[in-house]
Amino acid sequence: MEIYDLTAHELAEYIQKGELSAEEVTRAVFSRIHEVEEEVQAYVTLTEEKAYAQARYVDEQRRAGKKLGPLAGIPVGIKDNMCTKGIRTTCSSRILENFVPPYNATVVEKLEAAGAVMTGKLNMDEFAMGSSTENSAFFPTRNPWNLDCVPGGSSGGPAAAVAAGEAIYALGSDTGGSIRQPASLCGIVGMKPTYGLVSRYGLVAFASSLDQIGPFTKDVRDCALVLNLIAGHDPMDSTSVPNPVPDYTSFLTGDIKGVKIGVPREFFGEGLDPRVAEMVRNAIDKLADLGAIVEECSFPYAEYALPVYYIIAPAEASSNLARYDGVCYGYRAVPEKGEKYDIIEMYMKTRSEGFGAEVKRRIMLGTYALSSGYYDAYYLKALKVRTLIKDDFARLFENYDVLVSPTSPTPAFRFGEKANDPLTMYLSDIYTIPVNLAGIPALSIPCGFVDGLPVGLHLMGPAFGEGIILKVAYAYEQNTSYHRARPPLQGREKVKANGKTSGGR
Amino acid sequence: MDSYEAVIGLEVHVELHTKTKAFCSCPNEFGKEPNTNVCPICLGLPGVLPVINEALLEYAIRAGLALNCEIAAFSKFDRKNYYYPDLPKNYQISQYDLPLCRNGYLDIEVNGATRRVGITRVHMEEDAGKLVHGEGGADYSLVDLNRAGVPLLEIVSEPDIRTPEEAKAYLEKLKSILSYIDVSDCKMEEGSLRCDANISVRPAGTDILNPKTEIKNMNSFRAVQRALEAEIKRQCAVWAGGGTVESETRAWDENKGTTVPMRSKEEASDYRYFPDPDLVPIVISPDRVSRIRSELPELPDARARRFTSEYGLSAYDAGVLTASRALADFYEACARNYRDPKLVSNWVTGEFLRLVNARNLEIRDVKLTPAHLVEMLELIDKGTISGKIAKTVFEEMFDTGKRAEEIVKEKGLVQISDEGELSRIVEEVVTANPGVVADYRNGKEKAFAFLVGQVMKATRGKANPQLVNRLLKERI
Repeated sequence: MEIYDLTAHELAEYIQKGELSAEEVTRAVFSRIHEVEEEVQAYVTLTEEKAYAQARYVDEQRRAGKKLGPLAGIPVGIKDNMCTKGIRTTCSSRILENFVPPYNATVVEKLEAAGAVMTGKLNMDEFAMGSSTENSAFFPTRNPWNLDCVPGGSSGGPAAAVAAGEAIYALGSDTGGSIRQPASLCGIVGMKPTYGLVSRYGLVAFASSLDQIGPFTKDVRDCALVLNLIAGHDPMDSTSVPNPVPDYTSFLTGDIKGVKIGVPREFFGEGLDPRVAEMVRNAIDKLADLGAIVEECSFPYAEYALPVYYIIAPAEASSNLARYDGVCYGYRAVPEKGEKYDIIEMYMKTRSEGFGAEVKRRIMLGTYALSSGYYDAYYLKALKVRTLIKDDFARLFENYDVLVSPTSPTPAFRFGEKANDPLTMYLSDIYTIPVNLAGIPALSIPCGFVDGLPVGLHLMGPAFGEGIILKVAYAYEQNTSYHRARPPLQGREKVKANGKTSGGR
Repeated sequence: MDSYEAVIGLEVHVELHTKTKAFCSCPNEFGKEPNTNVCPICLGLPGVLPVINEALLEYAIRAGLALNCEIAAFSKFDRKNYYYPDLPKNYQISQYDLPLCRNGYLDIEVNGATRRVGITRVHMEEDAGKLVHGEGGADYSLVDLNRAGVPLLEIVSEPDIRTPEEAKAYLEKLKSILSYIDVSDCKMEEGSLRCDANISVRPAGTDILNPKTEIKNMNSFRAVQRALEAEIKRQCAVWAGGGTVESETRAWDENKGTTVPMRSKEEASDYRYFPDPDLVPIVISPDRVSRIRSELPELPDARARRFTSEYGLSAYDAGVLTASRALADFYEACARNYRDPKLVSNWVTGEFLRLVNARNLEIRDVKLTPAHLVEMLELIDKGTISGKIAKTVFEEMFDTGKRAEEIVKEKGLVQISDEGELSRIVEEVVTANPGVVADYRNGKEKAFAFLVGQVMKATRGKANPQLVNRLLKERI
């Protein structure tokens, strides 16, 4: 195994023991990036110099006998919608192509303080709107398992980077499945924590009441370690919850005897690829073998989740994205010589040229849903159904510790396959969206392959039930080997796109 | 015009003088270089989040209670969406359907009668920045975001106001109350209080609701009154001429003395309000409300009532003295330490206010202290100075902050109460004015005043008036 194939906790052990330096690990990851990035295209911006500086600093600290945190010196990639001080943060959009934040997102601050080595900023669907990363204004990211397939989205860059060994772990954001669906399609672990567990400060908002930052990792232990690092109250985020944060690794016991698992039948209906269904059924059987009590159950409002989501998320987005107007920062349309724009023309040209088609579609949907005369029928009704969905989950969690389903109805699909049909694309998140509406945590873990493409098992827990999810996921992982599979990437030896920093390919 | 009456409601925005802005930790200060009192949050940069300033909530509850409102146990912030270059997020954090305060009132006095004006709601929101338009037809405008995020209260009255005078009285009372509770300085000229008016007219004595216009761009209380007068005239003329008043927004044009059309109602924005998902609902406990209520200072109306009963002042004088908390405090500090509170009232509402206005000062900037005024009054009582000389002394005290005794000594203003000296002067005056003395003896009362005046003139006003009167009477 190569250094870049190892997990964070494995590497951390080598670093702590002095068997590997942070610099060596960083070098290994960057040489992997230079080897495969041309094929995978996960990064919008690389921060190689900064990464080495941080790695050397961690090594000095270690040599000086300082106690290092569990993730010190480990290379991490950040989705390009989390603000990084002095490093451009684009949301894979033309409108923020040259935006350099003067502040760090809270999670970035936490990573830096813990000695994490940031490799760069990762590609995504523009403003996190999409399920394939084809909506990036710069370039699509490819699935390391099959370069003709999408890595999922919107966090396709983080998922592909971790799967390809271009980062040991990554942070993504999940509004309707944007961590779990790409994790599933790229064969890694991805978790959306409970809404309010991780600070959203510095995460460029798509839909504020649904967005949540979470980890992409190669295994469940890494997931718990990253969660330990990023969870916790932040006074800069009013929606972050002032709860004490447990040590999530303490749940990794391997014992799930008596754990009650519900299988909502509505998550196995029409549209689910039967081969995916089979993998997920097998995984559920495995959980039963391990001593869990598995029961079928019902989630009556499941079918309303998608329409509710496509009212609430665009409504919030239409307001959140209003600030990109060319006045203070970001892209501004410039008139032809001799022409002049008044303020309205400037707004219109800037936003027409600065946003891609999917973003514009959602801004229009959301604006419509909030408009006078339609508000009650759409937005208000959606809020009410959202409450019913929350209640559905609450009722189920009275009887079950976790719920399971497929993460996504299909494995990774081909480029262009769904790009021209938004509704089909939206269905890719049909199992993940209810979780965001309810604000509860969920995780995707590899549970098999279909035609060489990974399939993910979706574990959902009650609010702040990250522990029980991790416990079940860990037990499953310990008794399977999917998490040890690595994509058959050829790489391009000696291809060195050295110092790549521009996204405009 | 007498056959019509106006229906007026006012929408007032006041800036709260909290230490920091509403949702970030920038200082809430003015007069800095453009765009220097800003941070990522009030600039609305990508990814930032608002966090409510607890002081904003505290101030807003205080204001709500002082305006006799109910304080909502559950309230929330909403986004008001519209595009304008001075609004960094292109939405304003405001409150829509669940305002913090509702159903209040305040009482105004116009022409000796008290009227109660209902307050529909008081809610919290953030201010926008300012546009600085290029001069001389320049094709650009500059944006200054120093003010962006400054906390505001929007105070909406019921359409209970019937005359422009009442509108002015309402604003004065509102300013008085908000200054009392120390949440805002309410200076309309400086923009810390802004007022829009909704107005319609109807045949007097009916309860028809005719289309209303909204009047903007009024920069002083007086401008509000004048604009409303002009608008009533205009609307009455439209109706009288057989026309119909259009529902529209109009701007007050100070120079023309009329309102001019700004935009029609059809152009009204759809603000697409929805709950701000970045802020959590505001839950106010009854304990918090009672604590804030118990900490409220005595408000102007209550204080005026107490001044009439405790100090025996007229309702009018009590009203003048209590309109500003600083003035009332000044008065009370003197009145508590002097035997005759009414005399103190005469000095404070008279000379004191005259000089405050003449020197264009804020009461808190006046150098004269209450103790100094009391000392001066005591000097009059002791006969050291005359009431007349006191006015000179007072002005000197007011301008320099010196004590009366010091001024009296410096300027040699001590009253002449020496009977011998005054008798000599009286003798001189009587001798020099035999005709006037004769007139007096023939019953001309005025002649006596002339003689007193002559004595005063000879002593440059320092003669003890009572003594002069007695000596003159004895002499003639």
